[in-house]
Amino acid sequence: MTHSLLSLAAFPNWEELQRVLLLTDYNTRIVIIGTTLLGAAAGMVGSFTLLRKRSLMGDALSHATLPGIALAFILAPTFGLDGKSLGVLLFGATLSGLLGVVVILAIRSQTRLKEDTALGAVLSVFFGAGVALLGVIQKMNQGHAAGLESFILGKTATMSSTDLQLIFVAGAICVGGCILCFKELKLLCFDDVYAGSRGYRVLWIDILLMGLVVIVTIVGLQAVGLILVIALLVIPAAAARFWTSDLRPMFIGAGIIGAVSGYIGAGCSALFPKLPSGAMIVLVSTNLFLISMVFGTRRGILSRARRRQRLNRSIDRQHLLRAIYESLELTQEAALGSVRRSVTLKDLLPQRSWSMQQLHRILRRTQSEELVEWVGSEIRLTRRGIIEARRLTRQHRLWELYLINYADVAPGRVDRDADAIEHVLEPEIVSELEKLLQDEQPDLPASPHDLSDSGVFRALPEGGSPQ
Amino acid sequence: MTNSAPSPLSVSDLTVAYHRKPVVWDIGFDIPQGSLVGIVGPNGAGKSTLLKAVMDLIPRASGRIEVFGLPWKQARHRVGYVPQRESVDWDFPVDALDVVTMGLYRELGWFRPVRRRHRDRAMEALDRVGIADLAGRQISQLSGGQQQRTFLARALVQDADLYLMDEPFAAVDASTERAIVEILRELQRTGRTAAVIHHDLQTVPEYFDYVVLLNMRIVAHGPVAEAFTTENLQKTYGGRLTLLDEVSEAMRRRERSM
Repeated sequence: MTHSLLSLAAFPNWEELQRVLLLTDYNTRIVIIGTTLLGAAAGMVGSFTLLRKRSLMGDALSHATLPGIALAFILAPTFGLDGKSLGVLLFGATLSGLLGVVVILAIRSQTRLKEDTALGAVLSVFFGAGVALLGVIQKMNQGHAAGLESFILGKTATMSSTDLQLIFVAGAICVGGCILCFKELKLLCFDDVYAGSRGYRVLWIDILLMGLVVIVTIVGLQAVGLILVIALLVIPAAAARFWTSDLRPMFIGAGIIGAVSGYIGAGCSALFPKLPSGAMIVLVSTNLFLISMVFGTRRGILSRARRRQRLNRSIDRQHLLRAIYESLELTQEAALGSVRRSVTLKDLLPQRSWSMQQLHRILRRTQSEELVEWVGSEIRLTRRGIIEARRLTRQHRLWELYLINYADVAPGRVDRDADAIEHVLEPEIVSELEKLLQDEQPDLPASPHDLSDSGVFRALPEGGSPQ
Repeated sequence: MTNSAPSPLSVSDLTVAYHRKPVVWDIGFDIPQGSLVGIVGPNGAGKSTLLKAVMDLIPRASGRIEVFGLPWKQARHRVGYVPQRESVDWDFPVDALDVVTMGLYRELGWFRPVRRRHRDRAMEALDRVGIADLAGRQISQLSGGQQQRTFLARALVQDADLYLMDEPFAAVDASTERAIVEILRELQRTGRTAAVIHHDLQTVPEYFDYVVLLNMRIVAHGPVAEAFTTENLQKTYGGRLTLLDEVSEAMRRRERSM
């Protein structure tokens, strides 16, 4: 990364870095504050559109703004306005963007086409028309195309303090709107039918949300460009989702991720003038997204893998303890006094389909939890181990009995079926099982199937643990 | 009905059509105050459509709906709705208590935040359905029965007089089913009315005292003892409404060709 940056421009020295990041320079300050605000607003609005599953609507909207920008530039003089004024251009952008959305909704409701088809068609047609109009403008006034292309990919360098005011007002409206209508937007995204039954006008809340998207998009045109503005709506919200399963922190997190992306992205662009700010902002937010995807504490890849590993290990441990306990039972000395007898690895190996290596690994972990201990070359349950093994065996047998008595599972198959489910049994289910079966059963029921024929057949295939 | 109090739900001449295909046709019935009403009929009979049409959620081709003698708009605050469980994305980032609190949003009004006392009321409702201990659990971590109870609690927290429930018994465990029945009885004891879409014919006489048999049109409605007869059931489930089907199929084809 740094290598390619170096080839683009000389790497900035410390002073330059300080100047940009600490916002001492006036121009950079405006740009960076603007994109930071924009990122925060977009992230917050984006969390709702993501949950409403309307993210791509923002994309269609932004692409559909281009012909409006061009037409505003062409037509402004006839109304006695300055075609280069940002207000005029953004007004045109808003109108044609909204027209694009209306056309999508009309296509969806009046024809048999699905929304994605309508989206794709409208998005490309409007964008194509916009590009064509830009060509016309180029012809019309030779020399200066008024820099309208900068709306396509974004150009922050031209931002002025008036623009910053605009972004500030727009951002405040978006953030304020989201916070004020937080519960209504939440209800809309979760259960619009119920909202309708309570007398909410779902269409109006949808329009409110769409309105916020329009504001973010229009303001974002200048900073990141109409092609990339969708990234600001989608990526921060999707990234925040990896960290939490509660809407409020997700909403705030998306705002923070959006803001950080805007800050660092615009900062990079200011340090390396050839790097377009829109692209940099998107790249920064994508990096944050990737980090979230891997490290996110709630749904990140690592945390899920860790949970799965923990489950698998606890299943291994349960298998081991039960195997020891049952092999002791097999020797017909399962009276309480003799459970502290030790067993050899040879006894345990045929109990399940584990290799010697796996068995050793499981033993090592179980030993570190002080549930089993080595006696010479043999293994013995510790006191805690005995209690745990008894509990597990009992739970397993209760479940087996339930399957036989109530679920009509053949006794021959029952061990495997019980095995697949019991590891995810929650305490309340176990107590219900107990209530159901206890009256007829001794404290620890005998196994309903022959323990000695177990071996190969009873084992779950590797990795067949319940998820 | 002869008593003076207006019926909690009175439907007359209701017809609903999707793309001109009639889904429910010329329906009319009144349900008596304080009854537990089972709405029964085969798949595609228009049961959910009926409830949604009552609540103005889908446009009606014709018909008049009165709730406690008033048009829907003026009476809807007295109605609690329990949608089908599958109708929402249970992966949504909220917990059970949040979902129940949604039942109070309308009462709270726009822009007002949820306060402690609202959460307390939601907690009470969760307690009534027996899952107060799961209040803080993310909804995807709830079992199907617990999700259904959450939805039920969301309607209960409104303290409505008429409850409309769309298949609350679908795919729930036995203890949830018992809990829901218990709640229904309790509602009845306190003078509330509930109209419940139900699939399991065997339990209809046990759970309900009034029944509406529906298959695009009303086959029969009345107290369970009178209306829930083998003959009426056969009419509801047995004979396909061949002519009606054919007509609507023809209309649909024409619609397509246009």
